Amino acid sequence: MSLIKHHKLIETNVFLLVLGIFVTVIIGGLVEIVPLFSIKSTIENVQGVRPYTPLEVAGRDIYVREGCYNCHSQMVRPFRDEIERYGHYSLAAESKFDHPFQWGSKRTGPDLARVGGKYSNEWHVRHLINPRAVVPESIMPGYPHLAQRPLAYDTIDANMRTLDLVDRFETYSQVDGAIENAVADLEAQATPDADTSALVARYSDFAFGPDRAEDQVTNMALGDLDGNPDVITEMDALVAYLQVLGTMVDFTAVDQTRKAEWIR
Amino acid sequence: MAEHPERDEITGRYTTGHEWDGISELNTPLPKWWVWVFYISIGWSVLYTIAYPSWPVMSGFFGGATGWHARASLEDSLAEAREARSEWVTQIAARDVPAILEDNTLRSYAMRGGEVLFKENCAPCHQTGGAGAYGYPTLADDEWIWGGTPEAIVTTIQHGIRNDTDPDARSSEMYAFGEWELLTEEEIDQVAQYVYDLSHGEMNAGPGQDIFVAQCAACHSPDAQSPGGEGNKDLGGPPLNNRIFLYGGTKKDIAAQVYKPQLGVMPSWSGRLSDEDIKQLAVYVHSLGGGQ
Repeated sequence: MSLIKHHKLIETNVFLLVLGIFVTVIIGGLVEIVPLFSIKSTIENVQGVRPYTPLEVAGRDIYVREGCYNCHSQMVRPFRDEIERYGHYSLAAESKFDHPFQWGSKRTGPDLARVGGKYSNEWHVRHLINPRAVVPESIMPGYPHLAQRPLAYDTIDANMRTLDLVDRFETYSQVDGAIENAVADLEAQATPDADTSALVARYSDFAFGPDRAEDQVTNMALGDLDGNPDVITEMDALVAYLQVLGTMVDFTAVDQTRKAEWIR
Repeated sequence: MAEHPERDEITGRYTTGHEWDGISELNTPLPKWWVWVFYISIGWSVLYTIAYPSWPVMSGFFGGATGWHARASLEDSLAEAREARSEWVTQIAARDVPAILEDNTLRSYAMRGGEVLFKENCAPCHQTGGAGAYGYPTLADDEWIWGGTPEAIVTTIQHGIRNDTDPDARSSEMYAFGEWELLTEEEIDQVAQYVYDLSHGEMNAGPGQDIFVAQCAACHSPDAQSPGGEGNKDLGGPPLNNRIFLYGGTKKDIAAQVYKPQLGVMPSWSGRLSDEDIKQLAVYVHSLGGGQ
């Protein structure tokens, strides 16, 4: 009965009601907003993470459009069984350029956080067209239309400018010439034997710093990725995105002192 | 409160005292146990945020009274797993694959480990049990493109084939004889017929054989002058004198491959799997059917 009495007090006093609502919203707001103030100190300091190239951005948009996140997560959690299956646990730094992030919470299919480099481009194409052609027990739907549809990328620079705006890390403003050369970069990455030196240098400089050693080159899938060199398809973009997932940080090069910093 | 709750005449239950146009609200309180669980949960969550990493503070976050950390606890469980496996894994690390194959106990341990690793990492292309698929070699037979000795299998797994991430990847590139106009269509037809016959056990002298010796034997035969097409594992040229074909064994398939070959890619695994894992995989693959 006491509960009801108190409730009546709030219900019949508009100021108390407003105060109660205010306190509730403040608590919710604090829990949601305050962690963002310290985000730069909670994200690990790790070398190699870079924003996505234009082709990868386009592929990521297709990944989101097709709802891949409905069945695939992109976060290797720090548990032994996950480490042994997928590889090193995901770092916050690895998804700091993801808007929105694709961590996911449902795994009908396997986690994709470290799928980059695990399969050949040709395998991805065949698997996306008809998953059962390579994995007989798969229940994933086929996406054959991706190989048919030319990629619409004439607004990719505007897309990247938007990502730059929503990002706390000024993603593309710090990558020299990324937005200005977006369309050229996209075409260079997806065309066989194209001159990709400017594209690779741009993103490697961001990943490893302008003073990087010659062999410090960021990983990206180059050339004709879908087996059809005549046209840049949505399949090219999606494969480029999948092949970079989880490959930016070289964990063999991360020393134990750095790792100890992650455990604070 | 001033007014006492009234009893509803029909149901005999108390009302909340709220009444709209003669319709009053019955008081149906939540069960006592539910309310208590609710209160206890609130108390528990407060204790939880004290015990475990939770609140953000100026430089980072409050680490929790227990000092528990997900990543530290992971290191512990990984160390525990390493400890549990160390008896076998150190033996695997210390020996090369042929030595593991000779030791029955160690071999069966490596077989079990290799089987699990194979299912996760290799079966998507090579299929369960190494059955193979179009474009992905069968591992359960005794035909090997890059060699079926334990050492050769280890090297192939470590570095992969034709990937652009590992500088030591195995690599061979068959010419696009048609697309690059190295052979005319007639010549491609002749050599395809020769290879087709070869795969059916017939070696027919003629223009097809001449083209084969001139263009193909360097990689597809152990001796550059041999018309037999027995394969060359050093150069990754598959044998052509049997009906095992990666991209189809009809004359049309063979001609298509001569015109513009499909070249398979295998990723490099040395960055993804440990040396001991790769050795276990090699033991498993070697034992699938045709280890040499």
